[in-house]
Amino acid sequence: MSFVDTRYRARRRNNAVATVLALAATVFGLGWLVLILGALLWQGFSGLSPRVFTQMTPPPGASGGLLNPIFGSVILTGLAVLIGTPIGILAGTYMAEYGRHHRLSTVVRFINDILLSAPSIVVGLFIYQIMVAPMGHFSGLAGGVALAVIVIPVVVRTTEDMLTLVPNSLREAATSIGLPRSMSITRICYRAARAGMVTGVLLAVARISGETAPLLFTALNNQFWSANLNAPMASLPVVIFQFALSPYKDWQSLAWTGALLITLAVLALSITARSLVASGKQP
Amino acid sequence: MVDVALQEGLVVSVAGTARARVLDRLRVGDAAFRHLTRAAAIGVLLLLSGVIVALVVGSLPALQNFGVGFFTTDRWNPVTEKFGALAAIYGTLVTSLIGMLIAVPVGLLIAFFLTELCPQWLRRPIGIAIELLAGIPSIIYGIWGLFLFAPFLQETLQPLLINTLGNVPGIAPLFAGPPYGIGVLTAGLILAIMVLPFVTSISRDVFEAVPAVLKEAAYGVGCTTWEVVRYVVLPYARVGVIGGVMLGLGRALGETMAVTFVIGNAHKVQASLLAPGTTISATIANEFTEAVGDLYTSSLIALGLILFVITFIVLALARYMLLRIERRIG
Repeated sequence: MSFVDTRYRARRRNNAVATVLALAATVFGLGWLVLILGALLWQGFSGLSPRVFTQMTPPPGASGGLLNPIFGSVILTGLAVLIGTPIGILAGTYMAEYGRHHRLSTVVRFINDILLSAPSIVVGLFIYQIMVAPMGHFSGLAGGVALAVIVIPVVVRTTEDMLTLVPNSLREAATSIGLPRSMSITRICYRAARAGMVTGVLLAVARISGETAPLLFTALNNQFWSANLNAPMASLPVVIFQFALSPYKDWQSLAWTGALLITLAVLALSITARSLVASGKQP
Repeated sequence: MVDVALQEGLVVSVAGTARARVLDRLRVGDAAFRHLTRAAAIGVLLLLSGVIVALVVGSLPALQNFGVGFFTTDRWNPVTEKFGALAAIYGTLVTSLIGMLIAVPVGLLIAFFLTELCPQWLRRPIGIAIELLAGIPSIIYGIWGLFLFAPFLQETLQPLLINTLGNVPGIAPLFAGPPYGIGVLTAGLILAIMVLPFVTSISRDVFEAVPAVLKEAAYGVGCTTWEVVRYVVLPYARVGVIGGVMLGLGRALGETMAVTFVIGNAHKVQASLLAPGTTISATIANEFTEAVGDLYTSSLIALGLILFVITFIVLALARYMLLRIERRIG
């Protein structure tokens, strides 16, 4: 009897220990989020002023803003979306519509998943090899292409997933009124899957707006205002990298402010994407 | 009669050709769109092969010059142009190992909490918060690690480790030397924080995929919550969890910016976890733009190739395992 009793008590104790550990782990995990966001808000807001949006990056020891890297980041991101989205959507369309059970789709899906989590610094090296080295200089264009390489797998993945969710009855209805396949895809399926596909692009933008590694040796950096895609271009992440590692207090403070801006942008994008998905689910 | 028939035939064929033209245009457009999408899909394949080819071509000079020695020495001297990848490979593996050692148990416990213990209304907010942690760009972790986390470790955890574990025979060399703040341990801890959300969200998804009947049966014979998770959920979800862990490992191995800030960039294989070291990605990020000479550049690209091969293997295994569990569910 007492054996059963102690055994029962031990099991209860183990359960209690596991429960407490699980609770502690959750608090631990969420604690980092609070710590990091807290530090970011504290340090970032203290350096935030209208100056940040109206002035160029300063030389060491002077005051200035982040106008040219903000502008550069917007241009590079726009370029990447412009290049990456069409390719990604077309490839995703092939996998979901034409080649759903084709061997090619299986291979592309596997490769795409690898690209999705491949180290971004390797993408930078790749673009350096095929664009920067032959052209002989760093350029905003190379930076945009490097980011596009990161956009493509994200868009491929979401496009395929979303098109697979479109009910077949829609396709059959389109075919029955005589629409060719391409039209039933572009006019019917794309419309039905629009919310999800837009979400994919937003997630891709969120992903690349903080990417630093692929830009380090493609777009490089630029101390001044430059809209020339054939010349080095500043971007927020690279400026943060350079300024944070510098010994100058002004630069470090600007780095924190830049970090805050990026994080706010990324969080806004992912929340928008999330609410789009939520609204798409309730027709 | 013949005339009329001919004329009628002509009329019919005019209307017919107009219709045929439209149909032809549709057919051509249809085929064009189909080929366009297939070309894009093949383009994704070419992208990956392009990465491999570019890296191999770029690293050939270094690999030919140093041969196998490139993998086995930790000399890294840009002045004499002698390069070896050992320190970077070692740093990459050790920091990722530290990260995984912490992130995996904690991630599994959080998934346990979210699927079995957490009240329903709290699940979504916590899930979203964990995913927000995954969305924060790595450079943010880097700047936070450099300015706040490393100084904090330097004053608290590291002296503590030196004074306690640093005196334990056997593992003392791991915790030797002064507390620098930055170093291998700090990089590993930051990787743990970064990988945690990946491990958590995938574990949660595979835990949720365990059929309710199995769990109910276990509860029915009197199992405690912990016993259900330990003896029913975990064995059932094992393949998926391993897949998720490998996916996290892939992230940790290739992570660049967060590590670059706090690793210290020292090309030496040192036993102490508190000493500065380097990783493959940190070396490339720190030195590539300043690399002069073909051999230096080529050595850095060779490092990139090694990193790519390692992560490729890890990610391929991860995808294969996740695919297996998907098939079982589907």
